[in-house]
Amino acid sequence: MPRRDDIEKIMLIGSGPIVIGQAAEFDYSGVQACKVLLEEGYEVILVNSNPATIMTDPEFASRTYVEPLLPGPVAAIIEKERPDALLPTLGGQTALNLAMDLTADGTLEEFGVELIGANREAIVRAEDREVFRRVMSEAGIRIPWSLTVESVDQALGSLDEGGASLPAIIRPAFTMGGQGGGIAETREQLAEVVAKGIAASPIGQVLVEESVIGWGEFELEVMRDHNDNVVIICSIENLDPMGIHTGDSITVAPAQSLTDPVYQSLRDTAIKVIREVGVETGGSNVQFAVNPADGEIAVIEMNPRVSRSSALASKATGFPIAKMAAKLAVGYALEEIPNDITRATPASFEPTIDYVVTKIPRFAFEKFPGAEDSLSTYMQSVGEVMSIGRTFRESFAKAMASREIDSPAVIPDSTDQLLELLSVPTPARIDQILAAFARGVDEEEVHSRTGIDRWFLGELAALATEGDGTEGLDRIYNAVDTCAAEFEAATPYYYSSHERKGSPSEIRRGERPSVVILGAGPNRIGQGIEFDYCCVHAAMTARECGRDAVMVNCNPETVSTDYDTSDRLYFEPLTLEHVLAICDREQPEGVVVQFGGQTPLKLAQGLKEAGVPLLGTPVEAIDAAEDRAKFGALIDRLGIKPPPYGTALSAAEAEGIASGIGYPLLVRPSFVLGGRAMEICYSAEDLAGYLETHVKASPEHPLLLDRFLENAIEIDVDALCDGDEVFVAGIMQHVEEAGVHSGDSACVLPPMSIGEETLDEIKAATSAIAMELGVIGLINIQYGLAGGELYVIEANPRASRTVPFVSKAVGAPLAKIATRIMLGEKLPEQDLPGGNGAHVSVKEAVLPFSRFQGSDPVLGPEMKSTGEVIGIGPDFPTAFGKAQAAAGAALPESGTVFISVTDTDKAAATQLATRFHDLGFSVVATAGTAQAISRMGIPVKTIKKLGEGSPHVVDLIENRQCDLLINTPTGSGARIDGNEIRTSAIRHGIPCVTTLTGASAAGRAIAANLQGPGEVVSLQELHGG
Amino acid sequence: MTAGTPGYVLLEDGSRYDGLLCGPETSGTGEVVFNTAMTGYQEAVTDPSYAGQVITFTYPMVGNYGVSEEAMESDRAHARGVIMREAKNGDDAATAEAGWLDWLADRGVWAITGVNTRALVRQIRERGAMRGGIFPAGLDPDEAADRVEAEPSMAGADFASRVTPPEPVEYPGDGPHVVAIDTGIKASIVGQLRERGCRLTLLPCASGPGVVLERDPDLIFLANGPGDPAAVDRVVATVRDLVGKRPLVGICLGHQLLCRAVGLETFKLPFGHRGSNHPVKDLETGVIEITSQNHGFAVRGPGGNERIEADEPVRWQTDFGEAILSHINLYDRTVEGLRLPEADAMTVQHHPEAGPGPRDSRHLFDRFLELAG
Repeated sequence: MPRRDDIEKIMLIGSGPIVIGQAAEFDYSGVQACKVLLEEGYEVILVNSNPATIMTDPEFASRTYVEPLLPGPVAAIIEKERPDALLPTLGGQTALNLAMDLTADGTLEEFGVELIGANREAIVRAEDREVFRRVMSEAGIRIPWSLTVESVDQALGSLDEGGASLPAIIRPAFTMGGQGGGIAETREQLAEVVAKGIAASPIGQVLVEESVIGWGEFELEVMRDHNDNVVIICSIENLDPMGIHTGDSITVAPAQSLTDPVYQSLRDTAIKVIREVGVETGGSNVQFAVNPADGEIAVIEMNPRVSRSSALASKATGFPIAKMAAKLAVGYALEEIPNDITRATPASFEPTIDYVVTKIPRFAFEKFPGAEDSLSTYMQSVGEVMSIGRTFRESFAKAMASREIDSPAVIPDSTDQLLELLSVPTPARIDQILAAFARGVDEEEVHSRTGIDRWFLGELAALATEGDGTEGLDRIYNAVDTCAAEFEAATPYYYSSHERKGSPSEIRRGERPSVVILGAGPNRIGQGIEFDYCCVHAAMTARECGRDAVMVNCNPETVSTDYDTSDRLYFEPLTLEHVLAICDREQPEGVVVQFGGQTPLKLAQGLKEAGVPLLGTPVEAIDAAEDRAKFGALIDRLGIKPPPYGTALSAAEAEGIASGIGYPLLVRPSFVLGGRAMEICYSAEDLAGYLETHVKASPEHPLLLDRFLENAIEIDVDALCDGDEVFVAGIMQHVEEAGVHSGDSACVLPPMSIGEETLDEIKAATSAIAMELGVIGLINIQYGLAGGELYVIEANPRASRTVPFVSKAVGAPLAKIATRIMLGEKLPEQDLPGGNGAHVSVKEAVLPFSRFQGSDPVLGPEMKSTGEVIGIGPDFPTAFGKAQAAAGAALPESGTVFISVTDTDKAAATQLATRFHDLGFSVVATAGTAQAISRMGIPVKTIKKLGEGSPHVVDLIENRQCDLLINTPTGSGARIDGNEIRTSAIRHGIPCVTTLTGASAAGRAIAANLQGPGEVVSLQELHGG
Repeated sequence: MTAGTPGYVLLEDGSRYDGLLCGPETSGTGEVVFNTAMTGYQEAVTDPSYAGQVITFTYPMVGNYGVSEEAMESDRAHARGVIMREAKNGDDAATAEAGWLDWLADRGVWAITGVNTRALVRQIRERGAMRGGIFPAGLDPDEAADRVEAEPSMAGADFASRVTPPEPVEYPGDGPHVVAIDTGIKASIVGQLRERGCRLTLLPCASGPGVVLERDPDLIFLANGPGDPAAVDRVVATVRDLVGKRPLVGICLGHQLLCRAVGLETFKLPFGHRGSNHPVKDLETGVIEITSQNHGFAVRGPGGNERIEADEPVRWQTDFGEAILSHINLYDRTVEGLRLPEADAMTVQHHPEAGPGPRDSRHLFDRFLELAG
């Protein structure tokens, strides 16, 4: 059956902010789906709250709504748009759960919206553990014993009655990335993990399951069409055995250790599973455990949607699963769709590959002091790298090189200690295994400690002792073609490998000059999807400007590594060696290093020295902005002030400089991303502690000390400069207290409480700095406004994290314009927005603390958020309320508000209290604030400060007697109290506002909410597109 | 045993690919073909249909899980040699009974590793399957070229007679009696028939129609096998005599023989179909299955066409009543199945028995046996 003509308008739900377990892969899948549906002539209605996605660029949908992914707002969009169908399988667990909610609350029925891709029954069969289990056992498919429980007593009861045994795995229902799950080896652990799982599950249900720890773990990516034809796209083998979440495991494609009969049994089972679950069309992922001793197979779980693994499988094979899933959902059969890559053969086949693919996860435990870095059944990684090589060793070595690890793994001198470490799975374990093999430890020893299959250990041992096997061979480039060269590949998707001298490369290029765009590598905290967004824009623009866009990246989750994004994609590590080799082949017109965050910037100097032309801002300007002394001199010439600062090359010098500048001080090492190891020191003791525990200042590792501008308003500016003039694209005011990393701080555009005169001053300073640095392209400058004075905190002559947000907020694609400028165009030629429009945009950060056990959810100068959301509204309160809701901390409509403010804010606090009282809230405050409030005649309950004994504010939060917190902490003590309050609030999901601007916005947003849902407006309507 | 001395692959078009010979310095020639499956190396090498051929494995890591008796598709290795990117000899997989390279050496299969197999495969794809050989580096390329030239072409080659059993082989069973003309039957086919309770007799492929009918078959089975179907016209003649007398089914070479028996022609595919991922569509039901493939020749349609563009079964009249082209390969739309409803006969080009490869089509054995009544 070809395209369905009975539907015209299709709604697609994105996956919202980047969180652990749900990252950029859903932008990749959503973009593919949007493209397909538009090409097929459907009207596409997209909803996603994440501004840093390509899919929310206005050209990827007929109407784009950046609204919270919650039933209320989405129902409002459905009511307005009246789509015929909803495609819920491309936006991760978020979209699937939301579709289920909209089914359950009757919205879809009310407005006659058909679920396509997967229906409600299929979703339930796959997602409800109990139903899944029943369906599987009816089909004769072995799955580990399991029980669904809704209380700890139930779990312990089964244990006592013999229904369950230990060790057991606990998985909460309807959560992504296994969040809230774990392994229990004792009765106590069972109680503990079940309790946690019930709390994490939106339906309060967990599955307690037989542990198959130590079995091999495999995944198959399956596709089915409405004719019931089923194909397997890719098999994936986890190097780490069962017990570590697959998202945290090193995985390899295709499966390496399976015999043909065992592989075929997995294949048969996977096909049976998708049929039994009844996914009508599209992609699914089936996870297996295989007992290495006898080949016994058990099915672990099934995702009835595209997933992180399907993105990996698409990149690994060249078969675009999401694109196909979208086509299947609108009626096509696999045989009716051509294979994108060969174009001559249909999509109803199974890819076969002639290389080895390795995926290694990227972790961020260093960002979360106190968090245990052991890996378990719930996902903790924040990104991943993928590599392709002709042999396992080549592929694996490339993946290791792609990781961009900030600090090397701990390798003890004592081999005994090293072996001890191997017994616990951690991010460093793979490095430790290689180190052990390099020291001659035998494979059996490592096998007994890790349970890793001997085949992999043999290869790793060879890698450690003999290298990657590329010695004496030539580097060449092969195409990824889905078919092991059986057919000619039309798609230019390449990887390097090493073959005998004189071997040919398969790169095909025409006469057009090429622009090489260096991507951002693995997603990590501080360098996420925002940078990929800019890289994708650079590629689109290079093509529009008559160049071949050449993308280099190693991150399988991204849109940039979709072969459709560029004219040539090199799936390669972002190291100087690999990039120079590509430049050698490409002889590019220029290389773009501005858009991929620190990753390409670190290569800029080396590229320049090798004679590779760089586009845009010259290396010297990047250096001048990074170098404190040079930058200090530069702004001094311009008459612009920095906060008092100094650079220390030793601990003694640091202490000296500190007393000169005065406290509080912001302290950090130079050249960092996302504020690594950055702290605020309020006293000499704090500083001494910092020097002791974090960074030893030295000539090689200078330490930067800045006066911390307490009570300052922090401001972020993104601007474009063409060498002749500057366009200030967006000025953002932080809604969070000063001292919170800009990446973690909510911000508002246009600024709320900054006067015209100051705005002009900011624009003038931005122009002066950009021109003086010699920026060609983008620059981001952070300012602090304290005591009426403007201070420059830092300048980064490159694409910043806020570029996508600003682009969406002002309706101008900054990265695209920057690319044109880098290619020689001038600002007056560009279509620049005249102002900010009548709307207000708020960006809010999304934090991953619940993933990291033992880590304090404290915000500070070091960035910790994984993603962001946008809220757009006619005014600041509406936008702020939407952003809060989209970030998962929806403002309450009634209940109790806690207010604690610093003395200077007392007057404002009484106004706040009045407002909340009028809205029907009970008000609780600490003594000083309460006194001020009660003088206004507002009933207020006084509660103790932390350290004054119970009941204090944290008790209030812990007992869930509070629904909103307003706390403006100032000074060392208040700040520490503030941190504890915030820690507790985040743990319990209670919104916590730390500035008066934010607090008054919250009050007005609540008032607006109480009057009913506001109008939903698409980006296209907003920007007149 | 690890790879040792330098060697090279030489194809008849003069292209050369260097590598390292595994095991003793041997050399030899054959038809160089490629197989795109990612698993099942031992099954391939022991499949009699590979007689006279040198297999290039497109998957670069070969030997990962060792070898085992269970994976044997016949009692010996039939492929003459194997060409690999990175051969493995480990035997520590749970099911491994020996290492792959040791096993190859024991069976006299030449093996070369470290070869840029992708470049070689692209060459074969462009130029067609060619004669070629594996040689030690010390051998003068001119001498090697002469040896390649001396290798007979696969077109016109009768390999079936070389792999057929000298004497009948019988397997007991309580079910229908299947008599196979054994042109090189795979163990997996025997296994599928026996699993369904069949009593099975394998006859040498020179057996005439009388010999077959003497065995009183409920079902005649035409086996897979190596070589050019046009070179075994004696067997085709036998098949012609048998069609309509008893229900008749066949796989691969057996399919080509039945097709020739009803008057269709066969031709040499440019580079064959060898792998585990080819989509085959049943034109009568619309069902698409992913199949195991291993053939270098294929059947032309009734109009002499190599590609079947129709999406409906192609029907025409033959000496045995109506014939139906029942299956096609969706990669190149070549013929994959024939059915003679009036003669109770059906054959397929692909390998429903799997071993190695997907098992989507195993149900065809049930359909085969339905014909047996």
